[in-house]
Amino acid sequence: MTRTKASIRLRYAGTVALFLLPSAIPLALFTLVPMAGSLWTSLHEWNLITPMRWVGLDNYVELLGEERTRAAFGHTLYFIAGYLPLVYAGGFGLALLLNRAMRGRNVLRAIYFLPVVSSWVVVALMWKWLLNPASGIVNQLLALVGLDGPGWWTDPDWAMPSIILASAWKDLGFVMVILLAGLQAIPQEYRDAAKVDGATGFKSFRHITFPLLSPATFFVVVISLINGFQVFDQVHVMTGGGPAGASQVVVEQVYDLTFRYGRAGAASALSWLLFVVILLVTLVQIRAQRRWVNYG
Amino acid sequence: MNRTTKAAAALLTAVLAAACAQGSATRETAAEDGKVTLRYFTFSAAPDHVADLDSIVAAFEQQNPRIDVVVETAPFADYFTKLQTSIAGNTAPDTFELNYENFVTYADAGSLLDLDTAATGDDDYQPGVYAAESLKSFNHGGKQLALPASFSTVVLFYNKALFDAAGLPAPTADWTWADEQAAAAKLTDKKKGVYGDFQPVQFFEFYKTLKQAGGEFLSADGKKTTFDSPAGVKAATWLVDKVGSVMPTEAEIGGTADYDTNLFKSGKLAMWHNGIWQFAGMADAPFDWDVVVEPGDQTKASAVFHNAVAASATTKHPAEAWAWSRFLTSSQIMATTRIKNSWELPPVSDQSVLAGYLDAATKPANRQAVFDSLKSIALPPVIARQQEMQDTMTEELSNAAAGRKSVQQALTDAAAKIDGLLG
Repeated sequence: MTRTKASIRLRYAGTVALFLLPSAIPLALFTLVPMAGSLWTSLHEWNLITPMRWVGLDNYVELLGEERTRAAFGHTLYFIAGYLPLVYAGGFGLALLLNRAMRGRNVLRAIYFLPVVSSWVVVALMWKWLLNPASGIVNQLLALVGLDGPGWWTDPDWAMPSIILASAWKDLGFVMVILLAGLQAIPQEYRDAAKVDGATGFKSFRHITFPLLSPATFFVVVISLINGFQVFDQVHVMTGGGPAGASQVVVEQVYDLTFRYGRAGAASALSWLLFVVILLVTLVQIRAQRRWVNYG
Repeated sequence: MNRTTKAAAALLTAVLAAACAQGSATRETAAEDGKVTLRYFTFSAAPDHVADLDSIVAAFEQQNPRIDVVVETAPFADYFTKLQTSIAGNTAPDTFELNYENFVTYADAGSLLDLDTAATGDDDYQPGVYAAESLKSFNHGGKQLALPASFSTVVLFYNKALFDAAGLPAPTADWTWADEQAAAAKLTDKKKGVYGDFQPVQFFEFYKTLKQAGGEFLSADGKKTTFDSPAGVKAATWLVDKVGSVMPTEAEIGGTADYDTNLFKSGKLAMWHNGIWQFAGMADAPFDWDVVVEPGDQTKASAVFHNAVAASATTKHPAEAWAWSRFLTSSQIMATTRIKNSWELPPVSDQSVLAGYLDAATKPANRQAVFDSLKSIALPPVIARQQEMQDTMTEELSNAAAGRKSVQQALTDAAAKIDGLLG
């Protein structure tokens, strides 16, 4: 029997499926199935210990009317507004610095990347300790130069800046690595050509480096924004959403609704609201990138 | 190719099977020698009274050699999260502790074993050993769903040495807020790190001081909050104004665990609002200290905490769970262990058992204050969305303490939010 085209195609599809299986199965088991489950849960009232009760869209309606929800999204946006510029500027600065020929460059790159692979719990506890207003080293150093340090995470007005600081510090290395890769992908000829045309220093940066780095910038911004919306570990460890609810972000609220208040249905609904927000923001970014991201 | 597919499929199946086996969270409770392992989960034993609980367990196991009681503890702050999750995950402990505020939630959810049914056949059981009111507190819808295990009150601890050194008379049962405030101001010496007073700014202190100021938290029908009142402002101001003046601020505390306990123990805190469960831990403090009934304002009102032991509705060993629950809450050894070691008090009807508490050789001397505090009590408001109410109240009081809102504004906002939870 000769092999027909169809059977070859079938075998090809089988091979593809086989190679996709290792990632498809965990994706289905640990992402898609739980997502469907949470959508189902979001339409119920459930305190984890009694059987679920169908309530339709009540959870969504209730959440949208609650001041707590607005506050949680507000705090999350506050976090992003502080975190994103800080982590981008810091990561960019590091990338430019470590892109130059210098001694110990690789060691420094590795050191700046270390926090990225560290556990969030460890990093958050370390920052909590550094920023401890009673015994932390930061306020002790500030006192040396005659400054009265703030209450950091014990003060409602300083809790979010404390979390932003810790988060930017941890993620700097990630932004640095991506932008570094972007910088190194810029062909030297472009810079040389610009030089011949008389563009040096800032001009070269403005017209050559920055536009050609835009794909890497785009990637970093999309990922950082998604991470920003999902901020949780550092908040949970450093402040638990406090003091006085001043750092209660959306995912911390999801946690509290489930495990403190026995409102797993509302928590699932809030997760879906967050999902929709992230989806919309990402779609807008993908559309907008056509205008500013340069793949040339 | 075909072989590879099969091999891969086999491998995958093996991995998944292993993962499932790993993930199985059910614990085997039947030991091989026919012994029954019974789990008991508690928040009130650790850290000071684990050994006391162990001695009660040992006595029980001696009488019931077939039952092996395994104690699991969690700090109060995490306890109910763990309990709720374990019930949801079908790994509920056979028996567990509940406080009065949370009892109703678990009773309504059908998570608790009907103990009357479980007690059938136990001819030794006499409900009369429990203080009648206590037993009734844990009867829900005509069913006894938990047995009262202990009660405790909050009193004013004071460091006698600091009062003596300052030439001030020690607090008495007649003290009011004004007396406390005047003494606290005189005793605070921030340069030496000495503070006059410590009373946490949170829900539990607020409902009590509200009652002391002559106010009520909820309306009689429980449908509306009534703390946004002059009495409420007075109570909240009483708590909030201590922060930073006679009491350390949050920044000074810096999130240190058991800060107030250690401050008092190190002799740097003159007055401390805390529960009688702290007696044992303070017994060896190297200075003279004592307790009095908390000062009041318009009236006296002391907080009483009431804990119970319940069994899981899904336990595989209801008879054993009943036997342990009954022993833990009414046996002679339980009562004497609690009294001898200054643990929370047993809710027994026989008052002569409690008399031993007054004769204890360890501090404080004025143990009579514990019983005096029961003469005028403030019970916590209990609603279906209890934890949300507590968190909201604490959050708004913290806003006032941090100076982000006026006390009046904080109470108005808290009242609006909590009214929304009552609906």
